[in-house]
Amino acid sequence: MSASQEYRKPLPTPSAVSQPFWDAAKEHRLIYQRCTRCGTRVFYPRDICPGPECFGVGTLEWVESSGKGWVYAHTISYQPAHAAFKDDVPYVLAVIEMDEGWRMNSNVINIDPHDVTIGMRVEVVWDDVTPEFSLPKFQPIKG
Amino acid sequence: MPDTLRGAAAIVGIGELKPERTRPGRSAMSLLAEAAYQAIQDAGLSKSDIDGMIMEPQLAEGSGGGFNPRMAEYMGIYPTFATGCDAQGAAGVVMALQAAAYVQAGLATFVLCGMGAAVDTGGRMRQSSGPVRTETSSTEFQAPFGPTVAANGWYAMIAKRYEALYGTTVEKRAKIAVDIRTNANHNPMAIFHDTPITVEDVVNSRIVADPLHLLECVMPCAGGCAYIVTRADIAQGLRHKPAYILGGALGISRANLTHVGEITISPVGKAAKKAFRMAGYTPNDVNVMEIYDSFTITVLCELEESGFCKKGEAGDWVQEHDLTFKGDRPLNTHGGQLSYGQASTAGGCAQVTESVRQIRRHAGEHQVPGPTDLVYVTGSGGPFSQQSAMLLGSEAAL
Repeated sequence: MSASQEYRKPLPTPSAVSQPFWDAAKEHRLIYQRCTRCGTRVFYPRDICPGPECFGVGTLEWVESSGKGWVYAHTISYQPAHAAFKDDVPYVLAVIEMDEGWRMNSNVINIDPHDVTIGMRVEVVWDDVTPEFSLPKFQPIKG
Repeated sequence: MPDTLRGAAAIVGIGELKPERTRPGRSAMSLLAEAAYQAIQDAGLSKSDIDGMIMEPQLAEGSGGGFNPRMAEYMGIYPTFATGCDAQGAAGVVMALQAAAYVQAGLATFVLCGMGAAVDTGGRMRQSSGPVRTETSSTEFQAPFGPTVAANGWYAMIAKRYEALYGTTVEKRAKIAVDIRTNANHNPMAIFHDTPITVEDVVNSRIVADPLHLLECVMPCAGGCAYIVTRADIAQGLRHKPAYILGGALGISRANLTHVGEITISPVGKAAKKAFRMAGYTPNDVNVMEIYDSFTITVLCELEESGFCKKGEAGDWVQEHDLTFKGDRPLNTHGGQLSYGQASTAGGCAQVTESVRQIRRHAGEHQVPGPTDLVYVTGSGGPFSQQSAMLLGSEAAL
């Protein structure tokens, strides 16, 4: 049985706009968008700029992230919406703020869930869940 | 033409069904229609009087366009102006503001507003929309990481960050759930009417998403709720004491918690400022508060942003005040959504109908004994995505 047949959790459903993110993820590169006109950093992927003064359309370019950031907010999940996560309980759901100033949802792993704190420095670690998809997860930066 | 809604319109009829865990065999449309029938009769009107309609199609069967004609056909009510209200949990309040604008502008005279929700026996909210298309939403970047049931996870993150910033933990948040439950214990319509709780019960209930405990979170219910809005001059001639719409607004901040900005700041602040300014009142003038309580943390942040206390101080503020209907700061007098029940977006609607009951002084056992001339009511949708604020008042508050 291949990995993709065994993997029962929801997979990303890329759109034309978000496909580059998942293509890069497969190569273990974490990328985000930045507006060439106003510099706004953007996530989730889109094709228009949400910058406060900007009307840019098609002005967002993909940029590689350092992969480092900090835990902006988090919770320990005991009651997942999707049954496939039940065996993972308790696990950490978090909003990670990357050093470039954009935020994404992810999990903080390789640590006891109760030891995760707001402000904790984290780095991306790739979870190759299927041959098609690698998910960016985060672990504490040692030292 | 007046440049404000202040005093232009009033709520003159209310209807609601007792929230239940499930209503076997009942559709959301039928629950909504039953509440609507009650509201029309409560106002002393007939179906043919209703010429405006605002109903929330999101959670009803067969949504996907043309909801108002379907409801019209289903109930035998044929308005000449009708729209939806896509404001999630904020819609209970927003519908009243929309309706006030409609009647003031002459688009309609009697506007029927309402929402209903059915829940399957498994406890899951019944939705007809199917898998959400993720293209431009962030769902694509949430589902793979295992989000929690309902909004629990998002509000848990807000609560945990709030704890880290201000040191307010479950022991303080629990007071809200306990006082609100006391109110429910005096309201036969409340789903938890027969079950008192203590702070210890809240603290010892299981954690659903750290740091939120089970008794800090709403439970999905089936139910329906509706009300009728008309012009103030017409309201005065109807059978009940009118509840005048004195001011209101909606604040929108984001759709997702990953959007930039401090997530513990809730957008009701923007709405409250505008609502109080429009009404010509301040938080100190408010007699009764019906504050949207999807979770205990929701109430803490709304109290602060609305101006009842300073940021970070709501945990202490709720200890210092008696929030029961007999108390010095009556809050969620029907039992709140936490203990009255949350039939999806109809839960926010029920906070509006409870406000009307308190102004009419028809709340029976849970009637606030002191003055109820000015009620502050809020709504909240998404993870502090959009929040509404409204001031309703008696003739004395006009």
